[in-house]
Formats: sequence, structure tokens, C-alpha cells
Amino acid sequence: MKSFKYITLCATLATSLLFVQCKDEDDNVIINATCTDGILNGEETGIDCGGSACTPCGEVLDFSGTYIQEDQMGRPGINTIFGTTGFKDAFNVTVPSEMQAAFQNKFQTNLLTLNPAYTTNALGLNAEDFTTVLSNDVLWLAQSGVTTYLNGTEILTGRALSDDVIDVSLLLIFGGPDGSENPGLTSDGVPANDATFATTFPYLADPF
Amino acid sequence: MKKSKLFTIIGSLGIACLSIFLISADHMDAPAVTGTTADITDFYAFQGANSSNFVFAANVQGLLAPGTPTEQATFDETILIEFNIDHNNDLKEDLVIQAIKRGDSMYFFGPSAPAFSGTEGTKSTIATSTPNRVMISTVDNVQISENNGMKFFAGPREDPFFFDFNQYNEVLAGTASGFDNPGEDTFAGSNVLSVVIEFPKSMLPNGTTGVNPYAPATPIYNVWVETKRKQ
Repeated sequence: MKSFKYITLCATLATSLLFVQCKDEDDNVIINATCTDGILNGEETGIDCGGSACTPCGEVLDFSGTYIQEDQMGRPGINTIFGTTGFKDAFNVTVPSEMQAAFQNKFQTNLLTLNPAYTTNALGLNAEDFTTVLSNDVLWLAQSGVTTYLNGTEILTGRALSDDVIDVSLLLIFGGPDGSENPGLTSDGVPANDATFATTFPYLADPF
Repeated sequence: MKKSKLFTIIGSLGIACLSIFLISADHMDAPAVTGTTADITDFYAFQGANSSNFVFAANVQGLLAPGTPTEQATFDETILIEFNIDHNNDLKEDLVIQAIKRGDSMYFFGPSAPAFSGTEGTKSTIATSTPNRVMISTVDNVQISENNGMKFFAGPREDPFFFDFNQYNEVLAGTASGFDNPGEDTFAGSNVLSVVIEFPKSMLPNGTTGVNPYAPATPIYNVWVETKRKQ
């Protein structure tokens, strides 16, 4: 009777240990689960379907058709600042590999309209070189290391949420070779966002 | 002297300058997209909290006021949001991550090679691979999904952009001589619709060195976002 009790206790313990082990294995499986691996895993309710990350089971969705470009953005403010009436829409539907040929001259004209005294900027770029870089409207993203539009050390290695891209743009357009020209125009006096960004995904702040 | 001359010139341009500057990072950057569900307001690309990952964020439909305008804003099932990645610096997309709404969810494809690239890159078809999915979040109900090392979010967020746009207009109109310090964030208190993706850098081929003259030894990707409408 007493030994039977021990056996039951042992069996219960062993079973619960088994569950602990199983749980660990399940966790590993979940980390590697995909909606295309041909097995029912993760949060899936069927093989490669259901749960929060895969297509609902039994649902056939239509993703057919051709989609044509309406808007494009690489670096912040490029079309807004350097585009002018007559080619803003065209800029948005031009592929990056054709932008320089189509728009560099126009950008340079507009830069010199905004700042007729422009010589070079804090990056050492004359009007032609500066607008050549900007007319190829893609954002440079560093494969490794700090990603920022400009933080005083790193330059154009990405764009973080907290980057003051307006001040960077104003400084490069109006600040002259050492950033000291037109001091009233080189910062808008808004150094940060009005909400705090999260340190974890999805990083952007909750809506108001 | 030089400065006042500059202001005179800018001031004399008046309305012309206003149309040059319009609004902000990319909000309403051109007549054809302003106020549409295809209007991109901002694009961010940065290293994640886990330095092995990249994060891409695209915002559309800017200047949503809190309350009803934000609650009623929806992604458009006919608008494809496409993140483009060029790894060999020819300015042509080698890989894309595509996001599009169906029902209550946002579906994600890639990163994978696009059907059309380079000069044909204004055209897209959606990949035929099995997509990832995330339920579209509401103001009060945040949904995040994780799959295959990737994380997905779609829904309303606070607009991360900040700029004293009103004072800027004053300067351009010649009614102010410069910015205030401190300035006032014109975008404070407004929301956008965001699509955010975090994914392992290992999903991409290596970038190219020598692209960025300020970081010549660092391999660089060229990245950008597009919105495309179903025909």
C-alpha cells in the first residue's frame, strides 16, 4: 500500500519532469517555426496555417494582379525640399537608378534658389556633388554598427526614429562649410519627438 | 548683410517657396499622392535592439488626429507597401519585402527577389510564397507576430516625425527672420499608420563597401520604400 503510494508519487514526479522537458523542446520548436516548414508547430492550428503569424486555415486569399508605383521615399524630405511643382509627381514614380539623370540638375537649381550663397556644406560637398548624392533617393543602411542619419560621429548610416533629420538637412543646406552660416536657419529648435520611443519592437510609440 | 539678403530672396519667393517646402519628411510630398492611402509620410531603417537584426518602418496616411480619425483610419487592400533592398549598389532592388492588407490582417512576403527590378521597378506582382501575417492593431489592442526570426506590426502609431513646420512657413513667407529656440513641433499629438518589420540581417547578402564616403569600410545597403496601387 505504502510502496504503491511511492510508485504513484515517483510516476507523478517523473511525468511532471517529462512535461518540463517537453516544454523546453516546444519552446525551441516555436522559435524555429515557420509558416512554410510543412509541420504543425508554433501557434499554428493546422499545418502552416492559423495562429497569429500564418494565413488562417482554409482561407484562400487573392494576391494576384499588377501593382504600379505611386509614392517613393529613401532619405527624408528629398522630394519635399528639392522637388518643385511640375516634377514632384514624376519623381515619386521614377526608379532610383534613373533619378540622377532626370533630377540632379533640377535639384541643384532649387538648392541655389533656397540658398543663393551656397558654396559647400559641412560634408564638404559643393552644390553639384550634394545634389548628386541626394538625387539618388535611397537611404544608406550600414550592415553593421550604429545606424543614424547623423549623430555627430556616424554620417548617413541609416535613419533611427530619434534622428533630427530636419536639423541635419537645414545645416547642410544653409550652414555653409563649417555649419556656422545662417545660424537662425540651421535648426528648427525641435530636437526631439513629443513621445518617447520604445526600446523594443515595434519601437514607435503608442498612438495618442 | 548676407543673411538679410537671403531672407529677402526667400521672402520674395513667397508662395513659390511654400510649394517647394510643403510639409515635412515626405508627408504630402507631391500633388498626386497627397491625402491618399498611398501617401508615404516617413521611412526608417535601423539596427534593432538585437544588433543582429534590421528594423524597417514605413508610415502612411499622416496627420491623423487622436480619437475618431485615428480609429477609423485603415490600410487600403489595393495598396502594396514594398520595402526595397539593393545590396550591390547599382540602385536596383535585389530583394523586396512586401506588405498588403487582407481582411483584419497585414500579410508579408519576403525578403525575396522581385518579379520586376531596375527600370521596370515601378511595377510589382506579389510573391507567390507563403506569407507571414499579423492582425492589424487598433489603438488599444497591440498585435505583434513572430515567425522565422522575423517580427511584424501594422497599425496606428504616434507620428515619430518632429519639425516646427509653422515657423518654417513664417520664415519662407518673410514674416519671421529665423526659427525659434525652442521651436514648436507641428506634428506633436498626431498619429500615422505604421508597418514595422524586424528581421535577421542574415536574410540579406552582404552590402557593398566604398558606397558611403563617410564610412568607406562599412558595407552599405541602399534601401527605400514604395507604395503601389493594384491596377
